[in-house]
Amino acid sequence: MWRRILTLIAKELAQLLSSRRNVAMLMMPLLVQLVVFPFATTLEVRNAAVAILNEDPGAEAVELVNRIAAASAFGTLHPVHSEAELEQAIDAQKALLGLRIPPDFSRKLLEGTPVTVQALIDGRKSNAAQIAFSYIRDITSTFADERAGQVLPARIERRNLYNPNLDYKWFVLPSLVAIISTIGCLLVTALSLAREREEGTYDQLLVTPLTPGYIMVGKAVPGILVAMTQASVIAAAAVFLYGVPFTGQLWMLLLAMFAYALALSGVGLLISAISASQQQAFLGVFCFMVPSVVLSGYLAPVENMPAALQLLSAVNPLTHFIALSKGIFLKGFGLAEVVPAVSALFAIAAVTLFVAHRVFDRQARS
Amino acid sequence: MAAGLAVSIRGLTHRYAGQGAEEHALDDVALSIDRGVITGLAGPDGAGKTTLMRLMAGLLKPVSGEIEVLGLDPLRAASELHLRVGYMPQKFGLYEDLTVMENLVLYADLRGVTGAARQAQFERLLDFTDLHRFTGRLAGKLSGGMKQKLGLACTLVGQPELLLLDEPGVGVDPISRRELWRMVQALAAEGMAVVWATAYLEEAERCDALCLMNAGRVIFAGPPGEQIARMRGRSVLACDIRGNRRHFLRRALGLPGVIDGVIQGDAVRLVLAEGQAPPMAELGEDAPRIVPVEPRLEDAFIDLVGGGPDGRSALAGTLAEVALPAHIDPEAVIRAHDLTRRFGDFVATDHVSFSVRRGEIFGLLGPNGAGKSTTFRMMCGLLAPTSGEAQVMGIDLKHSAPAARQKLGYMAQKFSLYGNLGVERNLRFFAGIYGLSGRSRDRKVAQMLESFELDHYRGTQAAELPLGFKQRLSLACALMHEPPLLFLDEPTSGVDPVTRREFWSHINALVDRGVTVMVTTHFMDEAEYCDRIGLVYRGRLIAVGPPDDLKRQVADAALPDPTFEDAFIRLIERDDAARAAAGGAP
Repeated sequence: MWRRILTLIAKELAQLLSSRRNVAMLMMPLLVQLVVFPFATTLEVRNAAVAILNEDPGAEAVELVNRIAAASAFGTLHPVHSEAELEQAIDAQKALLGLRIPPDFSRKLLEGTPVTVQALIDGRKSNAAQIAFSYIRDITSTFADERAGQVLPARIERRNLYNPNLDYKWFVLPSLVAIISTIGCLLVTALSLAREREEGTYDQLLVTPLTPGYIMVGKAVPGILVAMTQASVIAAAAVFLYGVPFTGQLWMLLLAMFAYALALSGVGLLISAISASQQQAFLGVFCFMVPSVVLSGYLAPVENMPAALQLLSAVNPLTHFIALSKGIFLKGFGLAEVVPAVSALFAIAAVTLFVAHRVFDRQARS
Repeated sequence: MAAGLAVSIRGLTHRYAGQGAEEHALDDVALSIDRGVITGLAGPDGAGKTTLMRLMAGLLKPVSGEIEVLGLDPLRAASELHLRVGYMPQKFGLYEDLTVMENLVLYADLRGVTGAARQAQFERLLDFTDLHRFTGRLAGKLSGGMKQKLGLACTLVGQPELLLLDEPGVGVDPISRRELWRMVQALAAEGMAVVWATAYLEEAERCDALCLMNAGRVIFAGPPGEQIARMRGRSVLACDIRGNRRHFLRRALGLPGVIDGVIQGDAVRLVLAEGQAPPMAELGEDAPRIVPVEPRLEDAFIDLVGGGPDGRSALAGTLAEVALPAHIDPEAVIRAHDLTRRFGDFVATDHVSFSVRRGEIFGLLGPNGAGKSTTFRMMCGLLAPTSGEAQVMGIDLKHSAPAARQKLGYMAQKFSLYGNLGVERNLRFFAGIYGLSGRSRDRKVAQMLESFELDHYRGTQAAELPLGFKQRLSLACALMHEPPLLFLDEPTSGVDPVTRREFWSHINALVDRGVTVMVTTHFMDEAEYCDRIGLVYRGRLIAVGPPDDLKRQVADAALPDPTFEDAFIRLIERDDAARAAAGGAP
């Protein structure tokens, strides 16, 4: 029987590679995302505009403004002359952040009495503005510490573990390994089976000695091959093109990829089992893709989600694979960390494949 | 009555974007269509019928040539034309989630028919199509024939002067087809110009005027009677055949004086070359009685395209005789016993029993929705019975389906191979699926390429093949594992008569080797190829027997020599009558 499965797999791959368009469909998102994603989704703030209302003519205030201007995070500084203007600058989105230095800033600083600098943040761009604000806070507190002329009894020295320079490519690329391979695998498993149904070739297969189980294997294996190829291409690009460090073991990454692809092919086959047409399968893929990315921890930390969503996140294969990919890339994951997540992926695969097989089998018997 | 010209076409040529410079969808077509008659636009799939229709409806811009519809330029006066022309495409755009009435209202709105005129037209159309009882039913829940009638009613809203019907008879059973025909006839009698496109030449034969097309060209335009008259004396029926009638047909087709031949029940129908006398010398010994019969349009078509295939199948030499294991009853290699299938409350197949013997061609016929497909699908293992048994080669499909499936070849109605793979790849794939490998696989694939003359197309993507070759490829894939049983689901719908004959010559060769064939069909003349027919109606098998027996069953003084279509219709009417008499719902 394995020969027949090999025949199925060979057919599937031949179909995938039969036209340039198909190959382009699989490779283009890979290349485009690889080039665009790391830059487009950067979480760093660079060249942000800041409006400054400096009411203090003193030298200390001027020095603070200069320091801010020198920081790479901030590009243009808009000097404004009244509180109304300050608000207006933010309102008109000329500045991400407004800063008001009070008239007594220099005096109080030299006296050593506490002084407050007011910051206005554009709440519409909360993310970027928050980050910009934290930069400003860093700059002002360093500045204040120096001026205070005394060493504080304790100081927080911040160091970013695993990603010391907070290079966001390091964060994005390992996640991208996961996200891109998701699309490829689902396309192969969910859509191609739905197409066979639409074109009547599924019936043609069902009148051969093949059972739904074999047909599923014939679809899952090419899906896994596609996902693993795509994931490997991105992983290689991350290391060799973008210089992301690879601190773990290669075989662990491959194992994680395989477990993830298997879980995904289960999901894809389940979608195709309940779809009557390619259109439905396509919608199904979308209904899975979007929440799975949102709940994966890629966009927002899972710990901040309500308990119910955390539960959903736990059965989402992407959550586990992103954690594995980041861990193996950046944190030097060992077996102790890899095994639980990989087991979770295998468990998801077992459940989805089992259910998909039940559905297919029941359809074939009805 | 508004007599006169409705459409005039001269030198019309059309080519689609993907076609090469040498290929034409339409090639220098000239045609005129009169008001008050039904003009048949006949020819096989791909002959250019739909393209011509769409050009007349102003939906396509021709590459060159002149076309005038109702005195208008179809492109420049498109908006006026659309109000005066009713076009019913092959898949008419009925909204299946709307009721019959809602569909009508929608089309009336689209055509700006309102107020009292709308009410009057609806009344008339519902009378006409006999859909009054169903106005509240969802269009999706109508039978094929009723859908077609509703489509016609929607097309007729706004009282068009020209009615374009693109294959309205496809997927419609003979009874509904006759009704539809009567309706259209009535419309033509009122002065409407009607164009009826069809791939069934028997349907075209009934039209008042005929435009016969093949490969983008008009090969004949005129009254169909002219073609029939031309063939008179050349169509003969060889009766009382001694021995195997399939062998007789093959021998007859090999003679130079015979250009075409088909099996018709127990007899064989032959078409002779021009000026030829019946070849009594060669055939008389086996067929003592060769009598002239009324020619058909199909005879003329075959003559116009240069004769049919010679009846030989390259397959014949390569096939081994099917050997039956001793424990299998040769009288019942396929067996249905009390086969029943329910879908909810609906009984699609109701206690059907029959058996098919080795080397027999068994045909399942029936109106749409009668349960023919359900029964067929259960017999090849695509559908599980609710109760009863389906056995092939002594194996119950319920218990060891894979083992049973290895015994059967299956060819679907729709082309269902991998269109984006090459011919050879498709063959290799199916060989592999059926467990062939290594050298035996290579040998089998090479043999199929040769037998079906597919060598030339080896690397061509299956979807790009000409229709006839697709047909051959499907058959080749189904025969890869030399199955003793072959299941054919409407194998030749939409295929031109020449290809259909070639297809049956292969089937005849297979049957000669002991392959058993089960087939469903809508073609009445295809039914005549079968050794026995099972007529399915309302889920039950209402008649089983050789085609000639079924014909004899319905023959009476008024209709001494019924056609198979007559037999089909009468048997169904009788069943309805018997039911009504028994007090059941009609």
